[in-house]
Amino acid sequence: MSTSTYFAGSAAPGETPRTPRGVPHRGGEPNPSAGALQARFPGAVQRVDVVWGETTVVVDAAQVLDVVRWLHDDPQQRYELLADVTAVEFRDPEQPLEVVWHLRSLAYRRFLRLKGLLTKGAPLRVPSVWPIYKSADWLERECYDMFGITFDGHPDLRRILMWEGYREGHPLRKDFPLRGRFSRSEQLRQTLAANPEARYSMEELTIAEAFTELPLEVRKRLAGGERTGE
Amino acid sequence: MGLISRPARSAESADVSAGQESWLTTRLDLLVNWGRANSLWPMPFGTACCAIEFMATAASRFDLARFGMERLASSPRQADVLICAGRVPLKLAPVLRRIYQQMPQPKWVISMGACASSGGMFDNYAVVQGIDTIIPVDVYVPGCPPRPEALMYGILMLQRKVMNERMADASLRHEIVPDPSSQLYIPPSAIDELSEPFGNSVHQTRSGL
Repeated sequence: MSTSTYFAGSAAPGETPRTPRGVPHRGGEPNPSAGALQARFPGAVQRVDVVWGETTVVVDAAQVLDVVRWLHDDPQQRYELLADVTAVEFRDPEQPLEVVWHLRSLAYRRFLRLKGLLTKGAPLRVPSVWPIYKSADWLERECYDMFGITFDGHPDLRRILMWEGYREGHPLRKDFPLRGRFSRSEQLRQTLAANPEARYSMEELTIAEAFTELPLEVRKRLAGGERTGE
Repeated sequence: MGLISRPARSAESADVSAGQESWLTTRLDLLVNWGRANSLWPMPFGTACCAIEFMATAASRFDLARFGMERLASSPRQADVLICAGRVPLKLAPVLRRIYQQMPQPKWVISMGACASSGGMFDNYAVVQGIDTIIPVDVYVPGCPPRPEALMYGILMLQRKVMNERMADASLRHEIVPDPSSQLYIPPSAIDELSEPFGNSVHQTRSGL
């Protein structure tokens, strides 16, 4: 990449970032990392799209961990920030479900969007990028909660937005009814039967350990049985 | 605008002639309700944009303190009126009900805004369609979100309702008794243990009225 060319969201090192003008809807110069990926992983990269100046690389979902690890570790790429992990489902039942990773290279001011395609009907499984980016933890949990995609290698894959024991499925799937699968009264009955503290033991909830950290005078008063209050 | 429904002349009689001990007679209901209505401590349960309007109501321009409500009790155990401002997701429903159960009697609930009252535009899988499906509600304030004037009007309506209560009417103080067989149940001994180091006001006693 010569120092005079630029594209949306990026600039060469040492160059002042400029607001891109006249960016075409489709086409244009892709992020140089896309070409580097094609050279490094010829089998994994399936397609490279440039939309509104942003580069999307469609990779083999099974190899995404290797691809992301290389993008993170290679000194010419240095994608240090995982901005988002999400998924897209299309209304067309033939069209595969897309898992999307948004990566940003702070050092080179580059933005790269990775997509992995998952065929509907088959089990929805992709490798977790948690070993590389710890920020993937909650993002992948949300993706699992909303779409039911299993991230292999995630340390604690459970629901994050819906409550534990939510039994109606994954709300952002296209076959999920807007008002949920159960009746309103059944939804209310189930949620009121849920225990908000189900994930925590009584030992985790208690604040008895905090007693030793209180000022001596307060500890004395409390040990004497006095109740504070107004 | 300070006091609502000043006691009628016939309901009280006082002798304040100089040099003598003053005395006053009134109905006990009236006196107690007058005290309660003008010192409601709200528990703000703000989940959305209605909470912003509630903050404006409590701030200096609209000044909730005029109605004896300047003391916001963020602990349900010190609160009289629960103001639910904003949409309540189903995940929050058991939390809201537990907060209501933790409030000591007498207690009232204001449902502020369209979402708290009916689910509003969020007619979907995640949002409770009106908090009256979880807890009893005394006053509904419409609006999306209601302006501070609307909330204050609702508060004045609640004060009028409080003024008309009878202590002898036990149905007003009907309590949802926690069911020991439910997953929600925490025995009182465990609540004591949890609140011990900081002396939660659960140990306070009320007048018993």
